[in-house]
Amino acid sequence: MKIMVAIKRVVDYAVKIRVKSDKSGVETQNVKMSMNPFCEIALEEALRIKQSGLASEVVAVSMGPTQCVDTLRTGLAMGADRGIHVESTAALFPLTVAKLLKALVEVEKPGLIILGKQAIDDDCNQTGQMVAGLLRWPQGTFASKVMLDTEKQVATVEREVDGGLETLCLDLPAVITTDLRLNQPRYATLPNIMKAKSKVIKKYTPQELNVEVKSDIEVVEVTEPPKRKAGVLISSVDELIDKLRNEAHVI
Amino acid sequence: ISTLILAEHDGGAIKSQSISAVEAAKSLDKQTSISLLLAGSGPSLQQAAAHAASCHPSISQVLVADSDKFTYPLAETWSRLVQLVQKKGEYSHIITASNSFGKNILPRAAALLDVSPITDVIAISASNQFIRPIYAGNALCTVRYSGSNPCMLSVRSTSFAVSVDSSKCNEAPISQVDLSTFDEDSVGKSRYVNHTAQDTERPDLGNAQVVITGGRALKSAENFKMIEKLAEKLGAAVGATRAAVDAGFVPNDLQVGQTGKIVAPELYMAFGVSGAIQHLAGMRDSKVIVAVNKDADAPIFQVADYGLVGDLFEVIPELLEKLPEKK
Repeated sequence: MKIMVAIKRVVDYAVKIRVKSDKSGVETQNVKMSMNPFCEIALEEALRIKQSGLASEVVAVSMGPTQCVDTLRTGLAMGADRGIHVESTAALFPLTVAKLLKALVEVEKPGLIILGKQAIDDDCNQTGQMVAGLLRWPQGTFASKVMLDTEKQVATVEREVDGGLETLCLDLPAVITTDLRLNQPRYATLPNIMKAKSKVIKKYTPQELNVEVKSDIEVVEVTEPPKRKAGVLISSVDELIDKLRNEAHVI
Repeated sequence: ISTLILAEHDGGAIKSQSISAVEAAKSLDKQTSISLLLAGSGPSLQQAAAHAASCHPSISQVLVADSDKFTYPLAETWSRLVQLVQKKGEYSHIITASNSFGKNILPRAAALLDVSPITDVIAISASNQFIRPIYAGNALCTVRYSGSNPCMLSVRSTSFAVSVDSSKCNEAPISQVDLSTFDEDSVGKSRYVNHTAQDTERPDLGNAQVVITGGRALKSAENFKMIEKLAEKLGAAVGATRAAVDAGFVPNDLQVGQTGKIVAPELYMAFGVSGAIQHLAGMRDSKVIVAVNKDADAPIFQVADYGLVGDLFEVIPELLEKLPEKK
């Protein structure tokens, strides 16, 4: 069985982002970019499944500008076997990404797709559910545990839901999106980084995959959130209780 | 403008987050007609439908899909149901709460309808213009929807407060969804196995008036019980940072932050929380924020209305002693 993993290049999670003064977006020039943390977890899960002998190949897919190749190389250095880059300079919204992934599924025929549950830039949390819908495949979103049974062709997925954990059993092929506690992604070792340089990254354009890049959403403006006004430091528990009772009226 | 609300129910009642989605629908347009869609099976569904019919004066009708296929809220069956109901009702908007139910179902249903959904809406400025946080709430993005109907939204319940007197409600008519043309293609490919929930008397984290949160500085699950005690005293919900969850002090459904729960209570008290941006994303809209931390430079103090630099192992016992019992 082949596993396809979608990975996104985003502003590194530790970077303090700055909103552009013309309100057109967030500054991404000269900012450290990394693989979206949830995508790292998705890739790690695929690699572990392969290591346990339940998958034969892990294919990493990234979409966007030329620099996505760097993110794919990181994925290959972690252990993915091949990369696919769908090159597009236009902004790609989740519906388009899902359609491109569906087109790639028709080429690659994976038995499982694993994605991060959301990207930490647009925080959309949509692509996995959308590709599952387009493919008519079952979905296991926000996974904190995945167990595969390739003989019965099912995946048992434990999901993080409001107020607890839910377990679903999915027929393969299926789509899984990862939550934070699924695993701890590995670091790429130097020998693997060297090896990754000779691994293949195949390029596609959206046209080649017969997907029209369009969007039914326009960004009007991006602004800074309202700042909270500076608070006060207090020195004792008595003062705190007094303030909460007589100033804030919350207790 | 006509809106369909994808609603969730539990124990024969509509969840409060779904009622917040009705509030959001109201702010699209004063004249909008609002239909509420419920799915499930058996008596608890019918009970929930009765509750739905009289829980908010703006609801004009309640649609009920009653079938064993809907016993559990699976995305595969729900998204097909939404497609079916949309085909008949031709709604201009479909809204659901941005919780694990809505996040799971809405994008899949949108893909089937070939439209882009807009998730995590916190404000509606026009019937096609919405504000949503991006980058963990470090920026706000205003988007305009220019696609075909329906415009599909998930909304944060903390941003759409419910303020209605349900006793003044007229009963909205309840009608059953005709499922004879229900498309079965994905049904059965995913099966519900079980659900493990924390048994707790405390209020729900997402809707609580007061939230008491503990961070890594609590050091152990044993010490974290102090947070729980304090919460009990204040009738509050308990929250935790990712660090505290990862360290195993509390289960993960208590995590507050970008990827956990988003809360906006009247009072948020953070003990031993440093204030990583991912955590602030989950609580920055709280009305009053109190931070107690040993480290005077902790970023949490930059958002706190009241900061107390001190050892939580001294402060919490003192609070427990001096705070009045919750009436």
